Amino acid sequence: MSEHAPAPLGGKLVTPVTLCLGAISLAAGLVMIVRFIFGLGAVTNLSDGYPFGIWIVYDVVIGSAFACGGYTMALLVYIFNKGEYHPLVRPALLASVFGYSLAAVSVMMDMGRYWNAWHIFWPAYAQVNSVLFEVATCISLYIMVMWIEFSPAFLDKLAFGFLKKIVPNVKKIVAKLMFLFIALGVLLPSMHQSSLGSMLIILGNQIHPLWRSGLLLPLEYLMTAVLLGFAVVVFEATLVSLGFRRPMETPLLAKLAKFIWGLLLAYLALRIGGLVMRGALPHAFQVTLESFWFWVEMICFIVPAVMLASTANRNNAGKLFGAAVLLMLGGFMLRINGFLVGYETGDGWHYFPSLPELILSVGLISFEILAYIVLVKLLPVLPAMKPAVSR
Amino acid sequence: MDRRHFFKASLAGSAALAAATTARPVQAREAHVLSPDALGLLYDSTLCIGCKACVAACKQSNDMPPEFQANTEQPYWDMPLDISGKTLTVIKVYRHGTMDKKDEEQNGYAFIKKSCMHCVDPSCVSACPVSAMQKDAKTGVVSYSKDACIGCRYCVAACPFGVPRFTYDQTFPQISKCQLCQHRWKDGKYSACAEVCPTGATLFGKVADLKKEAARRRSLKPGTQTAFPRGQLGGPEQSYPGVVGKYVDHLYGETEFGGTQMVMLSGVPFDKLGYPDLPPRSDAITSETLQHTLYGGLVMPLVFLGALAYAAKRNTKQYDEEEKGGHHE
Repeated sequence: MSEHAPAPLGGKLVTPVTLCLGAISLAAGLVMIVRFIFGLGAVTNLSDGYPFGIWIVYDVVIGSAFACGGYTMALLVYIFNKGEYHPLVRPALLASVFGYSLAAVSVMMDMGRYWNAWHIFWPAYAQVNSVLFEVATCISLYIMVMWIEFSPAFLDKLAFGFLKKIVPNVKKIVAKLMFLFIALGVLLPSMHQSSLGSMLIILGNQIHPLWRSGLLLPLEYLMTAVLLGFAVVVFEATLVSLGFRRPMETPLLAKLAKFIWGLLLAYLALRIGGLVMRGALPHAFQVTLESFWFWVEMICFIVPAVMLASTANRNNAGKLFGAAVLLMLGGFMLRINGFLVGYETGDGWHYFPSLPELILSVGLISFEILAYIVLVKLLPVLPAMKPAVSR
Repeated sequence: MDRRHFFKASLAGSAALAAATTARPVQAREAHVLSPDALGLLYDSTLCIGCKACVAACKQSNDMPPEFQANTEQPYWDMPLDISGKTLTVIKVYRHGTMDKKDEEQNGYAFIKKSCMHCVDPSCVSACPVSAMQKDAKTGVVSYSKDACIGCRYCVAACPFGVPRFTYDQTFPQISKCQLCQHRWKDGKYSACAEVCPTGATLFGKVADLKKEAARRRSLKPGTQTAFPRGQLGGPEQSYPGVVGKYVDHLYGETEFGGTQMVMLSGVPFDKLGYPDLPPRSDAITSETLQHTLYGGLVMPLVFLGALAYAAKRNTKQYDEEEKGGHHE
């Protein structure tokens, strides 16, 4: 892989793609305005039977897991000292910081009494027994940590006016303490990604037996978050190579795929073992909506486990990409199933996201991609390429 | 670190977490117990005549708006079908077959009250991240403070009875739930639903006394006559002679989820009346025990952070030196 330091890509910012993404982001902005004037009921299909919709389950529970690329790459490079993956760290971190920051935006949209949000961090209100308290504080801290981790990429751009004197000092301090922020950047996601699973424990019997994993929930969610982090790195690296016409990073990704495979086998052992141990497996063989979605979820994990077993497949950019997409779908389904499909509070409740709910979620994703494109062009994120190499 | 070490380290990490989460922790959070002064309601389905005076009185006392059904031609009457952001209690009907006999499971019908159970170990209190849900240490009333609430609705999701409701239709929404009319106590009054109940089907009092009253009714021979108190147990004498019902052998709320402060008697099994079959241990215990095990005193996170910081320091230092002495690898 290239030993070149990260460099801005340059190029035009206004393209048909960025314009399109901008338009969808604007539509999401309209939904936000309507939500704040007329309330949640005016734009969502939420009910007391389904108090959490896609703004929580997709944007936060799934979105933050999709944003685990920065976490897993930091774990690999800085904790397990696998230096050869260093070029993948900064792009993964950029995607992560946006994924998490936009999850926070979505939470503010979903929070009914958003003006009280600060209560979570205020000792007189904070309720430390609550799993959601842990999730909320931990995610907020992690967002700050990620912006600091990413700051070497943009601090130089801020050195104008009176900041000119301050920025070099800030850079020095950040560089000196970076090891601590890296450590926090691994600790915090380990905490809240597992806690997102723990959130289901108190929902008790309202969760279908196939997803009522009890004390295994935090482990299942943590392991799949790490899996998703790796899968997303493969996904992003492939799309960046194609989209910006850069050479594929397949040799590096193929090595990464071997880790994914090992972890995937461990996860499947835990998931299936858990089902067998608590006697929930028979539910998988009944003809129900839940069992259908259970198998969709399981197939999305089992097929990549088979695919990635072969060295030839791991070295094939297309198959590797396919396996990564399936894994992302698997993690998506595990979370949708746990929080929505397998959640039953009694007869008569139904939920499918409304059009405005979908527009906001899609709009936030569009904004994330838009910001990623703009920032890799402006800031040193991707490894510099020799002109001769680029097509 | 080579790959084998990576796997070893990740396996060790997973095993540590697995051990911490799956092994029953040494110190499980103890179940909360009923306060001797706990207040609550006894609902006797066999006494209920379905007049819904309680629903009307509840609305009035709690200043809640009426609820109209979409299919009603002239929306003159409050017609809630379930508790909601606008309704804190309702009386529901169980119907089966020909509906000939009251309080019979087969070809019968029965009434059932729905409102907050005031759990001894409530999930909503454990779930709330900002202490907006509180359980009074003395009276055991589970109360809600909209001034603290952030509107996350984790309480709505967590409650096994589906009790806390949310006003989704409002620009500035809030949670709605029965608080046992504790705002009326300062005027010497008690729960409006019990106060207006003409048959004593909903009875207010100390939970310990209510349980004794329930035990008395269950010990009597069905079909015989007895005196049924009305309003407040231990309050002004308002009892009347009535016929003892044929109860199923179950005081709902005695053991469910560690007990509740609204307890119920019925002639029809409770699962038929929409009340779930719940274990004697509240899920709040499992959830809190896990959180305390992992995060108690922040010991585990700090130890983990120390190990991570050590590794990160060592590995980033290597980069710095390598970069100074030329490019690495």
